[in-house]
Amino acid sequence: MAYISEKRELTPEIKQLVLSAPEIAQKVKPGQFVIVRCGEKGERIPLTVVEQDEEKGTLSIILQEVGNSTKKLGSLEKGEEITDIAGPLGNPSEVRNFGTVVCIGGGVGTAMVYPVAKALKGAGNRLVSIVGAKNRQLLILEEQMRKISDRLLVTTDDGSCGTHGFVTDALEKLIADGLNIDRVVAVGPVAMMSAVCRITEKQDIQTIVSLNPIMVDGTGMCGACRVTVAGETKFACIDGPEFDGHQVDFEELLRRQRMYLEEEKIALEKQNSE
Amino acid sequence: MTKDSGIPAAREPMSKQDTKLRVKNFDEVALGYSAHQAIKEASRCLQCEEPFCISGCPVNVDIPGFIELITEGDFEKAFYKIRETNGLPAICGRVCPQESQCEKLCVLGKRKEPVAIGRLERFVADYVLKKGTIKADDVAESNGQKVAIVGSGPAGLTTAWDLAKMGYKVTIFEGFHKPGGVLVYGIPEFRLPKAIVQQEIDSISRLGIQMKTNMVIGKVNTVDELLQNGFNAVFIGSGAGLPRFMHIPGENLNGVYSANEYLTRTNLMKAYLFPEYDTPIKSGPRVAVIGGGNVAMDSARTALRLGAEKVFNIYRRSRTEMPARVEEIENAQEEGIEFIFLSTPVRIIGDEEGWVKTIECVQMELGKPDRSGRRRPLPLLRSEYTIEVDTVIVAIGTDVNPIIPSTTTGLNRNQRGYIIASEATGQTSKQGVFAGGDIVTGSATVISAMGAGRKAALAIHKYLSDQRRKGR
Ligand SMILES: Cc1cc2nc3c(=O)[nH]c(=O)nc-3n(C[C@H](O)[C@H](O)[C@H](O)COP(=O)(O)OP(=O)(O)OC[C@H]3O[C@@H](n4cnc5c(N)ncnc54)[C@H](O)[C@@H]3O)c2cc1C
Ligand SMILES: Cc1cc2nc3c(=O)[nH]c(=O)nc-3n(C[C@H](O)[C@H](O)[C@H](O)COP(=O)(O)OP(=O)(O)OC[C@H]3O[C@@H](n4cnc5c(N)ncnc54)[C@H](O)[C@@H]3O)c2cc1C
Ligand code: FES
Repeated sequence: MAYISEKRELTPEIKQLVLSAPEIAQKVKPGQFVIVRCGEKGERIPLTVVEQDEEKGTLSIILQEVGNSTKKLGSLEKGEEITDIAGPLGNPSEVRNFGTVVCIGGGVGTAMVYPVAKALKGAGNRLVSIVGAKNRQLLILEEQMRKISDRLLVTTDDGSCGTHGFVTDALEKLIADGLNIDRVVAVGPVAMMSAVCRITEKQDIQTIVSLNPIMVDGTGMCGACRVTVAGETKFACIDGPEFDGHQVDFEELLRRQRMYLEEEKIALEKQNSE
Repeated sequence: MTKDSGIPAAREPMSKQDTKLRVKNFDEVALGYSAHQAIKEASRCLQCEEPFCISGCPVNVDIPGFIELITEGDFEKAFYKIRETNGLPAICGRVCPQESQCEKLCVLGKRKEPVAIGRLERFVADYVLKKGTIKADDVAESNGQKVAIVGSGPAGLTTAWDLAKMGYKVTIFEGFHKPGGVLVYGIPEFRLPKAIVQQEIDSISRLGIQMKTNMVIGKVNTVDELLQNGFNAVFIGSGAGLPRFMHIPGENLNGVYSANEYLTRTNLMKAYLFPEYDTPIKSGPRVAVIGGGNVAMDSARTALRLGAEKVFNIYRRSRTEMPARVEEIENAQEEGIEFIFLSTPVRIIGDEEGWVKTIECVQMELGKPDRSGRRRPLPLLRSEYTIEVDTVIVAIGTDVNPIIPSTTTGLNRNQRGYIIASEATGQTSKQGVFAGGDIVTGSATVISAMGAGRKAALAIHKYLSDQRRKGR
């Protein structure tokens, strides 16, 4: 059980929850996630740990309501409890001084890249960040990212905030302007991560992506999360979730993410009718 | 006149759910004995003076002892006789491979069918569970020492139970949200009802054992940290874990599952009750299950219950080499699973959207025996053929989950990655750390995991008693 000690609505669809989970808060490192389950009939879903407070024994997650489970979670209020939380899972991000690092967050991916960006800054990197969203209302953590970055670029698909366009446009601009990039970390929708990788591959810039396949246990037991990296099958929960983006089979990931589209619709309809 | 004359040659049959009905539900298939049947079957026991059956049982249940109590109609006493050494009789009565253990050594079995020991065990356990009153076990006075158990499968539960009775303060750390290990996530409801598993786990954890779920050791705390943070000893019973794949083209297509995932979704997450439960499963009308063990049988039979019209079980050797229990193979056959022997998949082919469409197999022939003593299957040239399927379930075994081994210092492992531990004591290369069950032996059985747990509990007791003596 984890008790919700705070709840913030970042956008109508994106919620931040602060949870009491002292054991996990002590241990979690940037890039790791937890698996949560809501209710005795609930499914297990992975969510990245955005921040933690070891003293208070809390950690914070940011979730986008995209379906049944995330909507259930998002409807919980301060003082309520989450049935199960397990973690920290996955490998921590590799954090050291690479030189100049560009951290890219797309949509709710910004929440997942934030802890990694912060740690990379802490390790002495020059940090350039790019955050993007569909529009101004969906943009999250802009202030937090600005605070930790040497430079922050904001893009929106409709131009309602920052530059009009995609995060990849901003990245291409940085490259065109001659910025010498040592490493890119990109987290967001599969299409975005894949597009980023296509750009950086040409420039031979090492690029790390955090993959979000469907998971069940999150501990290597089921293989639901398998992804193909450099032609080999890997389990994202124990071998990742971060991988060398240039080696990832994004098409397969996208396809596997869609395995339960029909069921997701049924589950949502059921929730709406209740 | 021999000792067994007058004893019926055949054991008392156990009724099963009708085949046509049972493939449409998840209710238990085998229905158990009535009291009358149990007494009748118990009377077949020769009450040997030197019973061999006991030595075939990894936890040495006093088999003739409990059977005699059944003949006297004292089912409760019979139950507590078993429980002297076995904390999970309702589970063992259902899933143990008695035919290769106690029943194999039954003297009656030389000329007639052996006594149905497993069915009798199940009967008395169910009798007491139904009444809902398992007496609390006697517990020794607390000795103040703490033991951490990693994993709540049969190995961990048994170690915890024994140690708690000896006066240790026991905490079980389980990674999943529910205790039981394979008993809850692997073995299906129709073979082992989860309510029964829960009842038996409750009867064990009642002894003041603290059950901490959602604790993935190696991630939230390492074994080293448990030892530093006040635990005097640690038992690792984390199971075998990591599903193996075939590494053939198409294995990551949509619709291909490991048996672990398929069964976990169904059993632990109750996907068969979707959308009442949130976890979905995609199981199509035509299903291929790869493998020949219990896990393959469970997957195939689960597929039927999830609505499959046709389930193929593809196995690379022949029926004789199948590692699954005979009873389970028979059940699968009765239910209409189609067995394809001497065949192995070489590739899975998908449709335009990336869903499984066909599986291509090659025929095999059996060559010389390999290291396991079974004849090695070899592919026959140009014997490829295809089968149309929507779902493929890979049940070809498991490897070691790296989380604990890779985060524990000084823990020696064998070539395959399993933890090396003494068979007699469970002692590992690391002081104060013991291990048993599938994480040591690789996939084995419930009862062998329990046997390892018992031995480890005794060894931990000895180790900690020595420490206490030295400390004083
Ligand atoms: C390592 C990791 C970290 C993640 N971190 C975050 C995060 O910090 N914030 C956030 O908003 N989201 C995060 N996600 C994604 C999040 O887990 C999914 O959005 C969520 O599971 C969707 O569930 P649903 O029932 O609400 O939606 P559904 O309607 O069931 O599904 C919507 C989409 O989510 C994906 N999904 C469904 N079930 C699962 C599952 N069990 N595991 C993973 N993905 C699933 C599917 O691809 C599907 O297309 C992360 C995913 C992974 C693997
Ligand atoms: C589908 C299936 C059918 C089977 N049928 C039979 C049968 O009919 N008869 C029979 O005798 N045997 C059967 N077996 C085999 C039997 O179930 C196993 O041999 C037995 O359960 C092993 O017990 P164990 O305690 O070693 O491990 P498990 O039962 O695997 O339990 C290990 C536990 O440890 C937990 N764990 C793992 N890693 C960690 C960690 N890092 N931190 C905390 N917890 C952790 C796991 O979540 C799990 O709960 C079957 C197995 C399967 C998969
Ligand atoms: S989620 Fe089950 S193995 Fe990764």
